[in-house]
Amino acid sequence: MAAPAVRVLEHELLVYRRAWRGSLFSSFLSPVLFLAAMGLGLGSLVDAGGGAGAGAGGAGGAALAGVSYLAFLAPGLLASTAMQTAAGESTFPVMAGFVWVKSFHGMTATPIRPADVVVGKLTYIGLRLLLVIGVFFGVTVLFGAVSGPGAVLAVPAALLTGLAFAAPIAAYSATQRDANGFNALFRFGVIPLFLFSGTFFPIEQLPGILQPVAYVTPLWHGVDLCRSLALGTAEPVPTLVHVACLGTMTTLGVAAAFVTFQRRLVK
Amino acid sequence: MTASPSTSLIHARALTKRFGGFTAVDAIDFDVAPGESFGFLGPNGAGKTSTMRMIGCVSPLTGGTLTVLGMDPLADGPRIRARIGVVPQQDTLDMELTVRENLSIYGRYFDLPRRVIRRRVDELLDFVQLTERSGDQVEPLSGGMKRRLTIARSLVNEPDLLLLDEPTTGLDPQARHLLWDRLYRLKQKGVTLVLTTHYMDEAEQLCDRLVVMDKAKIVAEGSPRQLIDRHATREVLEMRFPVGVQETLDGQLDGLGDRVERLPDRVLVYTDDGDAAATVAHERGLRPEMVLVRRSSLEDVFLRLTGRSLVD
Repeated sequence: MAAPAVRVLEHELLVYRRAWRGSLFSSFLSPVLFLAAMGLGLGSLVDAGGGAGAGAGGAGGAALAGVSYLAFLAPGLLASTAMQTAAGESTFPVMAGFVWVKSFHGMTATPIRPADVVVGKLTYIGLRLLLVIGVFFGVTVLFGAVSGPGAVLAVPAALLTGLAFAAPIAAYSATQRDANGFNALFRFGVIPLFLFSGTFFPIEQLPGILQPVAYVTPLWHGVDLCRSLALGTAEPVPTLVHVACLGTMTTLGVAAAFVTFQRRLVK
Repeated sequence: MTASPSTSLIHARALTKRFGGFTAVDAIDFDVAPGESFGFLGPNGAGKTSTMRMIGCVSPLTGGTLTVLGMDPLADGPRIRARIGVVPQQDTLDMELTVRENLSIYGRYFDLPRRVIRRRVDELLDFVQLTERSGDQVEPLSGGMKRRLTIARSLVNEPDLLLLDEPTTGLDPQARHLLWDRLYRLKQKGVTLVLTTHYMDEAEQLCDRLVVMDKAKIVAEGSPRQLIDRHATREVLEMRFPVGVQETLDGQLDGLGDRVERLPDRVLVYTDDGDAAATVAHERGLRPEMVLVRRSSLEDVFLRLTGRSLVD
């Protein structure tokens, strides 16, 4: 990374230093609550209703690939959490950089260029994601929801999932005058994806016409990638397709952010 | 003009900035010499900030030529920005960080070693009289303190050229005077200052030379004294009449001075001898509520050049 982008990262970390305790605590608490309520609580019903280990005849068993609901849910939730963290970090804080605090304007009055701001900011978001994902994964292990050392591959997979959202959303945020657009983004983008991209139930359970929609949603690629890696069921071709999709989103998002940040800061 | 790109810190010819169909800066020419303190004076919307942003290499020019520190802003933006300091119209301080952190992270943007930054930050905090607040967050500071911090921040790279966009707008008189004092010290140290203002007193205090901008163009150029000599008289007689009376004065003001300007709330008589004009007015039977004789100022220059006052 070029030196000016490292300076942007330094700034972001300096600001984060003031908030890290609370942020770390909520990164820990959130998966604990979700895995306890849904993985264990709701999961006991799912598993009792013909979920884990049920024969081929049980609908739930086939759909959950013969694992407990907790083991099914945890990696999906990991990917979804990465998306939500990414969306949170690339909307309001980016708006702050342009409008509320104007720190990006302060930076680009120095040798730092808009592209450095993009790289520095996204690197920071990547580190934030790694922290959230790492804590989440640790909690998952504590819950006994993963097995085998290969499951740790779900961490980079979730990181890629987060970046695939962070980059294009940051690019979008740079085009916004105020935060009004973010409400729509969360309500019609992030939350439906969270609910219907296979996090809580296999998308094969969706009505037939909706299944192709789910296959092209970006979060499904992240969920399926994390889940297959965590459960040790990953096949080469689907894995490559998932990585390629998420990688493409990230790349296009970064390219778009170069353009929108440049337009916003240099005019 | 004898100035050339090699001797001027800033050299602009036919400098133009358009946003779509709107022309913000319309083919202006100016030069700023090293060590000079140069001002852009004009009302809001005159094109001052657009010009400053082009000099600061954060706004590409639409037309004409511009050289800053002998370099081309388009090709050498980061290299030019490394050697200038910018005080933007609106502060871009990090409210969540402390006073000291704001300065030191800004030093890092210039890739300065931490050791150098530590020393400079101490000096700058002292210079802007914020040493005692160095560990405090920025948010609760007064407007004047924030402005001083922004100025300190703009000096962290020891710039050859300092750009100040309306440095004291919105500050109370005491804070303005403190700020002027600091800027005056910088000027004494040989720092080249380029500032925009719509305050006449600020321009008179700080600028060796200035251009008056109106509607995207430069309408006059010179030292404050030259502009006053050229476009105003030595003194001004101000008279305020009771409500309704001013409208009845047709003819009675003629010949009182070189020129008479009728503002909504008062009459200005431009003359080299204000007291004499006041005596003549009295002899003519004029009975203003208030009479004031003063030296003419850049405000009068602006009024003369544009027919409008500067701050509405």
